[in-house]
Amino acid sequence: MKNISYKLTFLLTTAVVVLVSIFPFLWFVSTSFKREIEISSIPPIFIPSFNMQFYQSTISNYDIFLYIKNSLLVAGCTTIITIFISSLAGYALACLKLKGKRLIMGIILASSMFPQISIAGPIWRILDFFGWLNCYQGLILPYVTLTLPLGIWILASFFDKLPKEIEEAAMIDGCSHIQVLLKIIAPLSLPGIFTASILVFIYAWNEFFFALLVMTEEKYRTLPVGIALFQGQYTMPWGEIAAASTIATIPLVILVMFFQKQIVSGLSAGAVKE
Amino acid sequence: MKGSVLIKKEKTFAFFLLLPAFLFLAIFSIYPILYSFFLSFFKLSLWKNISVGAFVGFANYTALLRDKIALHSFLITFAFVIITTFFEILFGIVIALVMHNTFKWRGFIRAAILIPWAIPTVVSSQMWRFIFNDQYGFANFLLFGAHTDSYKAWLANPTLAFFSIAAADIWKSSSFAALIILAGLQIIPEDLYEAAKIDGASRWYQFIKITLPLLKPTILVALLFRTIDAFRVFDLVFVMTQGGPGDATNVLQFYGYKKIFAEGFVGYGSTISVIIFLIIFCLSLLYIRMLGKTLMEKRL
Repeated sequence: MKNISYKLTFLLTTAVVVLVSIFPFLWFVSTSFKREIEISSIPPIFIPSFNMQFYQSTISNYDIFLYIKNSLLVAGCTTIITIFISSLAGYALACLKLKGKRLIMGIILASSMFPQISIAGPIWRILDFFGWLNCYQGLILPYVTLTLPLGIWILASFFDKLPKEIEEAAMIDGCSHIQVLLKIIAPLSLPGIFTASILVFIYAWNEFFFALLVMTEEKYRTLPVGIALFQGQYTMPWGEIAAASTIATIPLVILVMFFQKQIVSGLSAGAVKE
Repeated sequence: MKGSVLIKKEKTFAFFLLLPAFLFLAIFSIYPILYSFFLSFFKLSLWKNISVGAFVGFANYTALLRDKIALHSFLITFAFVIITTFFEILFGIVIALVMHNTFKWRGFIRAAILIPWAIPTVVSSQMWRFIFNDQYGFANFLLFGAHTDSYKAWLANPTLAFFSIAAADIWKSSSFAALIILAGLQIIPEDLYEAAKIDGASRWYQFIKITLPLLKPTILVALLFRTIDAFRVFDLVFVMTQGGPGDATNVLQFYGYKKIFAEGFVGYGSTISVIIFLIIFCLSLLYIRMLGKTLMEKRL
């Protein structure tokens, strides 16, 4: 009897958690497929008429494809550069003899906690000095910096779990550190590199604060900036915002569906003592 | 002899591997922080270079103490941090238990729970702004049905706007707290529960006596990440209220942004950003002290 009531409570809690997690977003997706009149209807309409009008309008009236292109370019380049640099640093921190490792890890972790506003003004000045405001590199360089702690942390903890014997055996066979890194560590670490890539990509794809400051020209806006600054002529263009939001979120939903295991393990890397 | 040469070579190699990461952090993270400290002693606008006459000493700091908007901003930011982290940890524990114990549909349930975390903050901000719409928002319908005359203008009322933003933040970030806590749940040895079961302990008793105490360090880690992130809240405020109505949701990071980039008071804005930095710095030290070595001892 007691067991049944426990199971029931558990099922109910699970159902509520899942519903609350996905309903608001499904509601927005449903909105994107409505007609203008369905959006403001009371009581609300749950199943839309699957009208594509708002998607057409985001394409023709707002430059959604341009935003997607900018976001893909910035997030893609950030991911590649960050993963490359973090692999090098992660290997040094996890596998090599080095003094002050904990201090270095501490500094890296601390820099991920800096409030954006405390570095934004000076970064703006640096970018302005080099003429990189409204340039892709103007956003990619700060993003690499912001995502490095995440990348290094995940990769260092992944490299650390690899069996040391393989490395040692390779060193005895006369491999240099570079060879060990490229031929042994890198192939073994592909799952870890993949996990870190997903998380870095999601971060860069979603980032808003620096994108807002650096990409002030319409031509260079990323998706989050575009979505935040959507303006209608008289009223809020909710249908178009919902359509653009759905487009911006679909790639993430796909990543989460297929790679939830990697995401869960990546985010908890270093959070617990095993 | 040969050994020490090898170790020296290894150290040089490690140095070169760390160099690119270090350069990025130095140029775009550490130098900017120091430069913000420096700028906070000047009175200057965004588009001018620093001149000697602009040096004002601690004038920006004393002005900050007398700035009523700034004081209010501190208070609501603290309130926001306390409320959101409390609920995020609470719901985080519940969600983590769900994720830990589901066996059927595991993949689907986990993916569903991850959606709030994965969604861009800007998208979730627009989504909640729509849900809190005064005329046809879903929040109004949920509470008042079709009685449109009792509908509330959530984002136009100072108190309601504050809680609306807190609710949106709790929705988005509870699953992140859950992910961290889940990692802690997974390392609790199963035989502890077996032993408790043999002793006839109820599930609730097991949770209070085994799960919670063993989860404490992980909960602290989650608390650390969530507190710091809540202090940096920006996107939600920018999209949902622009700091309004009045200054009801004018959180610190948004106030700093407004001063530096919208109004161009770089010196004064930097002062605000220095204060935010110091608060977060002290908080992190406090947490790391409480955590002791658990955070890093594992691998290094």
